[in-house]
Amino acid sequence: MYAQLVKSEGAKSREEMTPEEIAFQERIDRGEKIEPKEWMPEGYRKTLIRQIGQHAHSEIVGQLPEGNWITRAPTLERKQILLAKVQDEAGHGLYLYSAAETLGVSRDELLAALHSGKMKYSSIFNYPTLNWADIGAVGWLVDGAAIMNQVPLQRTSFGPYSRAMIRICKEESFHQRQGYDIMMKMCAGTPEQKAMAQDALNRFWYPALMMFGPSDKDSVHSAQSMAWKIKINTNDELRQKFVDQTVPQARYLGLTVPDENLTWNEDKGGHDFSEPDWSEFFEVIAGNGPCNAERLNARVKAWDDGAWFREGLMAHAGKAEARRRAAQVAAE
Amino acid sequence: MSSEWPLWEVFIRGQHGLNHRHVGSLHAPDAEMAIRNARDVYTRRNEGVSIWVVKSNEITASSPSEKGPLFDPSNSKVYRHPTFYDIPEEVGHM
Repeated sequence: MYAQLVKSEGAKSREEMTPEEIAFQERIDRGEKIEPKEWMPEGYRKTLIRQIGQHAHSEIVGQLPEGNWITRAPTLERKQILLAKVQDEAGHGLYLYSAAETLGVSRDELLAALHSGKMKYSSIFNYPTLNWADIGAVGWLVDGAAIMNQVPLQRTSFGPYSRAMIRICKEESFHQRQGYDIMMKMCAGTPEQKAMAQDALNRFWYPALMMFGPSDKDSVHSAQSMAWKIKINTNDELRQKFVDQTVPQARYLGLTVPDENLTWNEDKGGHDFSEPDWSEFFEVIAGNGPCNAERLNARVKAWDDGAWFREGLMAHAGKAEARRRAAQVAAE
Repeated sequence: MSSEWPLWEVFIRGQHGLNHRHVGSLHAPDAEMAIRNARDVYTRRNEGVSIWVVKSNEITASSPSEKGPLFDPSNSKVYRHPTFYDIPEEVGHM
């Protein structure tokens, strides 16, 4: 999930709700979409800014581990494909920032909160992409997990968020397929290439499982978010679906999921599997993952280095506008 | 000086001769850059043949609280719909 650990503002029982809040909840229960200018509880607005913001940040920080491989892709075709994917991620970030902005927060405020570390992005992007097989594993597993989370969010209650999700889901499935395509190629290659693919799966498996956030029993913010339909499934439901979907895909590749407890459980119609190491997850979220500092520094540097350009274009636009006005006055 | 670029709303005409349709928004310093950015962001997969951009703050919107007074009057005018009229079957398709 691209938005993990989103703090939700106080869940209220029906008795504690104001008439306005009850009417709002009833609209959501009826499946109506909430639009930006309509009345909404402050907690709904704040939680959504956090969640959509975190989601947007994940899209643009997610460009970094992959962008790292654009110049080193093995063929021109792979380079074009990766470039297109990374460009998509920028677009996805933009759709989501725009959705967040309809709630009354500015783009610059959101970016400042990312750069200061006040807002988070998905833990997954704090792991390094060490070789080309990792790009395959990222597309297959990371985008696969993201799709798992994003498909139900197309039905989320907030109109702009829902519309952004629909657009993103339409574009995202190529991302996962190109990743799996890389994995198929590697697994059909030399023993060394197949070993690289296995190694990439070994390193990305548990971080991918962490993307769905902590186990439901430790996830304190779910209830309110689910009542508001800004979260549709629980973390554990989505994680289970992801494992059940991915295991046969790994088998097809001839790769082994790095979990000796992984077994098919006939009774529940799904796999039993090991939980990721949650202490590692909380460390990474707290800023102590392998690449946290590198990712944030790259973002801040890009923002600071681009300041003269953003300001220059604004100055140019201002002057052009002034010239246009002057010409208009002269013509009258 | 604040360097935050203004927000633009983007409208795209799809391939099939339909109306321009709102697809989303973006930031850009001026209209020309807004069109270029819209091309990159909203038509990467052949989604359109024409783009309009409008500065977001130049759009006037109806207020959600007036939804009732604004739209309710049309609720009672069922005679505006063809299904209001019963045409005998013998008459054929109309």
